[in-house]
Amino acid sequence: MLITQLKSKETIEALAKGKTVIINCHGCKEVYFAEHEADKLQKDLSGVTQIITTDYICNPDNLKLQLQKHTDVINAADTVLVFSCGVGVQTVAALFEGKRVYSCCDTYPLPGFQGVTPLNVDCGQCGECYLNGTGGICPITACSKSLLNGQCGGAKEGMCEVDKEMECGWERIYRKLEKLNKLDNMKYDTPKVRNYCNPNAEEPII
Amino acid sequence: MRITELFQRGEFVLTAEVGPPKGIELDHLIKDAHEFLKTRVHALNVTDNQSSVMRTGSLATCKVLKDEGLLPIFQITCRDRNRIALQSDVLSAALLGIENLLLLTGDYTTLGDHPQAKPVFDLDSVSLTHAVKRIEEGFDIAGNAIDGAPPKFAKGAVVSPCSDSVDVQLAKMEAKVKAGCEYFQTQGVYEPEKFIKFMEQAKQFGVPVQLGLIIPKNVGMCRYMNANVAGVHVPDDMIEELKADKEKTKAGDTGVEICARLIRECKEYAQGVHIMSLGWENRIPEILDMAGIAPITPQV
Repeated sequence: MLITQLKSKETIEALAKGKTVIINCHGCKEVYFAEHEADKLQKDLSGVTQIITTDYICNPDNLKLQLQKHTDVINAADTVLVFSCGVGVQTVAALFEGKRVYSCCDTYPLPGFQGVTPLNVDCGQCGECYLNGTGGICPITACSKSLLNGQCGGAKEGMCEVDKEMECGWERIYRKLEKLNKLDNMKYDTPKVRNYCNPNAEEPII
Repeated sequence: MRITELFQRGEFVLTAEVGPPKGIELDHLIKDAHEFLKTRVHALNVTDNQSSVMRTGSLATCKVLKDEGLLPIFQITCRDRNRIALQSDVLSAALLGIENLLLLTGDYTTLGDHPQAKPVFDLDSVSLTHAVKRIEEGFDIAGNAIDGAPPKFAKGAVVSPCSDSVDVQLAKMEAKVKAGCEYFQTQGVYEPEKFIKFMEQAKQFGVPVQLGLIIPKNVGMCRYMNANVAGVHVPDDMIEELKADKEKTKAGDTGVEICARLIRECKEYAQGVHIMSLGWENRIPEILDMAGIAPITPQV
């Protein structure tokens, strides 16, 4: 999931130059969007000629369709402010090539997926799942350094020295494998190395 | 010379750590190395942007020390370089005649003075060790052949014997040995009984281990390490001992005595000592004298 955090009021005010059209993208299940805060902020902006609230602006065809009835006001505008994730801003900017299109949000990844409460469990979407060999605990997201071959020297009383609120992922993996009587999973001839190019999820992990 | 040759000869291998400065004036480092270390330790570890603080590079400093007639150990971390740069630096080391490596994962970026930097960790200490072994076999980690005669190194790594999860550390140690690690230096030890117990389990791997020592300069430093440094624990009675030192002389003599005592108590279980003096290089000769370890004949 993603979280879109509003840029500061000062930044957004500085972006809103001349006649300004605002496009809000609401309703996407993948994005947590600060609707109320955005609403409040937009009311205080000067020069706003139109606020368009729609959804899935990341889809170019949908975007074109949704904006059809606002063509005149957008053509007359000096600036288009987009309140959406980074994908939406890029789609709008591509559609209005000659127009100043600005992003009013910063987009961050958020653990969890559509339909579930965001948790402190995350998938790094690495394309070469390690979970079958690590007792179902992900070394990519549960270890600060995303180490693949065991614990570094940075765990103190089971906690990670990078984030003292976070348990050491490799200590968790070790304890889990110990419980499953699967510590041999950590013994293999060639150390594991990530494949950032065309990862092959079919490769057996254990 | 590779320090693995010393272990093979059955020598008690002595090393000390030096840290390049944040700047290019190495005069002080070189002077201290000649004055206090040259005839007391076999080799000098040169740290790689230690604690994630940007400094002059380890490899360049290794070359300077080698030209000064000292034997350097090139510490390489995986924090700042991807596998291309790491393997390239390993080859560069061989080109410059640097044959001793200490292969580390590295501290995380946010712990240092550039917390905004991109953490790399493309490889880790285990896969980096494997990569060096592959280079020695004439191939890079992607399987491409290396031109000409491949270089040969002494491949070292670290382990934390006093970690509160020593079984997890031993599993990692085993992975490093399997990947080709030929000697270990430990994190700072203050509890000989823990070290001895650790060595009883570690000896199954058949790889020499140097006892790691961090000179306890004062009470504040020990309390800081207890709160913040993973794998290091200074027991309360040792802190009490250091308190008395402060009242007496403030000279840090107690820290020196503690180090010498730790060496005496652990010596028969270890294959060497690695001293992390953190600027107190001048106290290393005293420590070794008090521990009954004679000066050495430097070999490069």
